[in-house]
This record gives sequence, structure tokens and C-alpha cells, in this order.
Amino acid sequence: MLGAAGAALGAGPLLDTPAATAGDHGPRHGGGINGPTFRAGGTVDHAANGFDPTQVLRDFDYGRVSVSPEGRTLREWDVFATDRTIEVAPGVQFPAWTFNSRIPGPTLRCRQGDLLRVRFVNNSAHPHTMHFHGIHPAEVDGVPMVGRGVISPGESFTYTFEAEPFGLHLYHCHVGPLAEHIARGMYGTFIIDPPQDRPPADELVMVMHGYNTTFDGEGNQLYAVNGIPFHYMHEPVRVRRGELVRIYLVNTLEYDPINSFHLHGNFFDYYPTGTRLTPAEFTDTVVLGQGQRGICEVRFPHLGRYMFHAHKTEFADLGWMGFFEVTD
Amino acid sequence: MAADPDTTERDVTHASGNSSGVTAPKRTARLPVWAQAMVAVAAIAGVLVALAVFGGASLPERNGPPVEEVAVERTVVLPGVIELTIRNTGPDPVQIAQVFVNDVYVDFAGGTDPINRLRTATVRLDYPWQDGQPYLISLLTSTGVVIEHEIPAAVATPAPGGVLGLMALLGTYVGIIPVALGMMVLPVLRRVGPAVVRVLLALTVGLLAFLAIDSSMEAIELGGSSGGAFGGPTLVVLGAGLAFLALTAVDRVLRARRDRAKADGAVGLRLAVMIAVGIGLHNLGEGLAIGSAYAVGELALGAFLVIGFALHNTTEGIAIVAPLAQQRPSLTQLAALGLLAGAPAILGAMLGAAVNNAELSALLLGIGVGAIAQVIIQIAPALRARSGQTLDPATIGGITAGVLIMYLTSLLITA
Repeated sequence: MLGAAGAALGAGPLLDTPAATAGDHGPRHGGGINGPTFRAGGTVDHAANGFDPTQVLRDFDYGRVSVSPEGRTLREWDVFATDRTIEVAPGVQFPAWTFNSRIPGPTLRCRQGDLLRVRFVNNSAHPHTMHFHGIHPAEVDGVPMVGRGVISPGESFTYTFEAEPFGLHLYHCHVGPLAEHIARGMYGTFIIDPPQDRPPADELVMVMHGYNTTFDGEGNQLYAVNGIPFHYMHEPVRVRRGELVRIYLVNTLEYDPINSFHLHGNFFDYYPTGTRLTPAEFTDTVVLGQGQRGICEVRFPHLGRYMFHAHKTEFADLGWMGFFEVTD
Repeated sequence: MAADPDTTERDVTHASGNSSGVTAPKRTARLPVWAQAMVAVAAIAGVLVALAVFGGASLPERNGPPVEEVAVERTVVLPGVIELTIRNTGPDPVQIAQVFVNDVYVDFAGGTDPINRLRTATVRLDYPWQDGQPYLISLLTSTGVVIEHEIPAAVATPAPGGVLGLMALLGTYVGIIPVALGMMVLPVLRRVGPAVVRVLLALTVGLLAFLAIDSSMEAIELGGSSGGAFGGPTLVVLGAGLAFLALTAVDRVLRARRDRAKADGAVGLRLAVMIAVGIGLHNLGEGLAIGSAYAVGELALGAFLVIGFALHNTTEGIAIVAPLAQQRPSLTQLAALGLLAGAPAILGAMLGAAVNNAELSALLLGIGVGAIAQVIIQIAPALRARSGQTLDPATIGGITAGVLIMYLTSLLITA
């Protein structure tokens, strides 16, 4: 009791804003008993990083679309591997390996049955591949010693395959040491829409991942969704009251066996892997292993701020937490 | 330049005259000594500069990542706040970017700029810690390196003002009171035989020997725990050596005066003053040891030292009054002698507690060890029996008893 009282009093000198305003616009949130935070007032330089988690949220890349002679929809993408230093937390530089200079990589989106051509150019100093989850021939599986295998620095390769099955998938590098290639940032979301569109919704991508800044391969020092820890704490995800919100949720977290997603003040329909059109569960918490993913559909009936975070709360305390802000 | 041949000529003449011309060195071509020294220094400087300019360039740069080493020198735990004083003990600047406590990122103040080699910074963490619980503080640097600091059990750090008052009290306990108590045996001393005094002094040697070893180990451990930016355990040896030499020098000066005093026939009170000054200097080191032990949170060592030093300082009181056995000094004179010998312990304790650097504390503990060793040397001649033997059954028994008393007291003190 004494300790708790002392802590509450002691929080005063360091906090300029009282608890009631924590989480308002601006970089200040949490602190002391109000929860985890980076050093108050600090944000990463999104411009220097070349990507902003707020934009990653609704950034879907449908590729260059054309129709093949047989009348099929053809989608083409150019994806570059690059080595980049990213400010993953205010003042912390992380030597990342990336797809298209961002973490997570671009969200590639298509429809079931489309013909896909992904031209992968390795501009990194390290060998890489693109390994897609989905149904495809071995030659384009993007693993070493099968088909084209490893794409060496300076080389390129076009992965050509058909989009199936519909659902929420992912892609990542598959070169050894595999854990490091993934942990360095080489992953992204791959969405195959069903033949008939899902109901209209405000669609969001959330990739859950971490940064092992010490490179010791034993857990992560930072946990995040869409690249930057705590980002949505001071830049909440803005959604409208009553509107259907669809979250494409992917777990690429390396080194930790599980990750999870928990939404405050609401429940969502959960479609594991997004491969069926009927929800498997109505819940407010899902637990995912690495590579697991699912679609969450939710409507917010009330205005205000609703937290979402890993209900592996250690990860939340280390950066994997954010807010929805519901407005009219 | 024209005067040079003349000067050389005079020097030669002078030298020849002094050495009676038998083994006169041939100095005709030699420079004066100071000029020769200048040439040597210039040559050394020139080669070192050349080595720095060309030698450095011929070697490759370090090709690894930055080496980031930080030592936490002081932890202050206040309500809702954990304050760390950190020192960069590595070769490269370190920037503390973020901090997490028990896997929770926290807001913190201070440490905004990179910390250069051997420089310090203080970071104040906003964290609702609980009394008595363990905490692992992780400093995440700008390169992603994690530097960990463990607090085995968080306990609120006492306010500095209260500590100084406490140190004054401790200094009084270990300095003034025991010395005064020891001086009270003056009437008894006049009646017991020298054999009993000898055994008492042997007991003191045993107590001190145990303290010296125990303090040394504590100091070396402390010096090693701090990252060793300034030498770590080496500082303990340095402090002990320098304290020993300094107190030996003081002892020689006092002894010379004491001998003069004896020659003047004024033995007694003046001699007692000299002994009190010497013991006072020694007690300063003792006070420092107690204060620094307290400052680094080693309360057990502090309490142990208090009891040990109090026991031993009682015998110091006896040493001061020994020359007064044949005299009848006034009460004021005795009180002044007691303060002279005991009061420095207060000053030392306050200084020791105000110091907040583990390596400085190690150095101060080392100084205490050196002072203890010096007093053992001082007491040793008094152990000699009439037969000329220093170690006989009586003194061996006394020393053994002293060591055992300290060992057993150390077992009793568990805090």
C-alpha cells in the first residue's frame, strides 16, 4: 500500500500532463502508473524511415493490372530487397533488411484465379528470396535449392503463379539463417480476395512483429504492429461509428512462440486465415503462432478511444499496443 | 654562442680541481646537463609524435561495431522514481535511447546527449516500483545494444541530510566514545603489570588483521563491480599502499618530534598529543571506510566496522594515556586528547558517505586497509617481551582471541 501510494505521488514530477489527458494527440502517452511509453515527447522520423505506420494501415498494392490473351487478369509487381537503417524506436537505429524499403513489406492484393507475376530484384548485399504462402508449384516456392532457389545480390527473378486459395496470407524471405532473415524485417501481407467481394468495409492491415535489436536470437527488445512500437498510441487508428471495420491481422513475430490480439470494449467476428466466408468465432482475443493470420470484422457502437494490444501483456509493455479512435 | 668555449673551459678547470686530477672525466665536448636532458626529452617527444602520425596511419582502424560499455555507479530509489548515475567505461560514446524496467518501457529524464568515454549522466526513470521487489533495468542504446542493471531489492534511498547526521553519530560511536572509554582505564593501567597491557595490544592486532583482510576483499569486490573505468581493484591496492606510506611518513615525523621531546625531558603530555594526532589520522581512514561502506549500501559492513572499530579504538584510548601513567593531567587536557584522536572519524564518515562512486569508495576502503596495516606496524614493537620475543604464548593467544572475536562478531551481524 505504501509503495503504491508513493509511486502515485512520485509520478508527478516527471509527468507534465495528468493521467486524464494521457493518450491525447501528440507523442505523450502513458508513463509511470499510466502505462508503458518511450521517453515522453519522442517520435521516430517517418520521413527518414520512408514509411509511416498510419499509411501502411490502408496501403493495398493491387499491382499493374492487365488482361492476358486468354482473358485472365494479370497482376505484376516489382519488389526490391534493400538494406536500410530504420529508426525503430525514437533514437534506436536498426540495420534492417526490407522489401521495398519498409517494414512490413508492401501489402500485395489480388483476387482468386488471377495470374501473378512478382519480379523480385535483390538490391541487398545479402542473398534473399520471396516465399509466398499459398498453393503454387515448387519452382516458385522461393526456398534455396528448389527451382531458381536463392536470388543473389544484384540478381532478379520473376515468381509467376496463380492466386489461390482466397484468404489472408503472407510472404517472407526464406534464406538461411531463416530466423534472422525474417527478424531483420523481410515479411509482408499477401491478400487473395474471394471471387465475390467481401461486404464493403474500412479495411486495415495489421502485421504483428518485433525487433531483436541485440541480435542474440533470444526474444525481442521491441514489439510492434506495422513497423513502429507504440505508434498508434499517439496516432490512433481513426474509424467511424457503426461502420464495418475489417482487420487483416498477420503474425510474423520471430523468436517468441506466440503473439496475440485483444480489442477493448468490443467483440469481433474472426475468420482464421480468411479462407472461409463464415466466421469461426465471436471473440475479443485471438492467439496466433508465427505465420498464423486471420480476418477480424468489427463495428464500434460507441464513440471514444479503445485500446488494442497483445494480450501477451509483456509485448504490450514493450511496444505492441495502440488505440482505435471512434468518431461520427 | 661565442661565449660557449669559455664556459666549457671554466667547467673543465673546475672539474679537474675537484677530482684532484686523478680520474678527471674528459668533458671538453659535453653539453651542460640541462641541455642534455632537453635533447633527450625533445628526441622522445619527436619520436612519439612521429609514431602517432605515421605509426597510427600504418595500422588498420577497428573494424567492429561501436563498443558500448556503461557502468551504473549509483542507484537512488525515490517514490515512483529510480535514478541511475551511469558512466561510459568503454572506448566509444554511448547514447541511451530508451529504457525498460522489468520489460516495460518507461518515461525518463536526463541522458539526452551521447555520453563520452569516462563521462557520466544521470537518468530519472518514472516507474511505480514496489518496496522490496527486484528490478532489472535495461538501457537500450542508439545501436540497439541492451545494458542491464539489476536492483536485487528496491528500498527507498534515505535523504542525504539524514545520512550526514547519521554519519556524525556513527563517527562519534566509533571515534570519540571508544577512545574516551579507553582513556578511562588510566587509573587501572597504573596498577596492572605490563604483561596485561601486552596481551591487550596483541588482541588489538588480531582485531585489526581480521578487519584489514575483510575490508580488502570487500573493496576489491566493490572495485570490480563498477566496470573498472579508473582501475577497479587496482585502486584498492593503490589506496592501501599510499595510505600506508603517508601514515608511515607522519609517524616518522611524530617520532622525530617525540624523540626531541624526550631529549627535552618533556615526556608525558606532549608525547600523548603526538600519539593522539597519529591515531586521529588513522581514525579519519576508519571513518571513510565506514561512510563509504554505508554509501554503497553495505550496511552489514558498516555495522561490523562500527563494532570492530569501537572495540579497537578503546585500546587506542589506552595507547594515548599510556605515557600519562606517571602524570596527573587535567580533565580538559584529557578531553582535548580524546577529540584529537576520535573526532576525525566523524569527518571521515561524513566524507565517505557523501562519496557516490563505487570506485572512489573502493579507494577509500583501500586507504582504511593501509591505515590499519600501519597501526599494526606501530603496535608491533610494544608486543616485544623483555626476552626480546614478539610472538610468545601470551601475544599469540591475544592475537588469536582478537581474530576469533571479529570472526564471531561477523557471524552475529546478519544485516
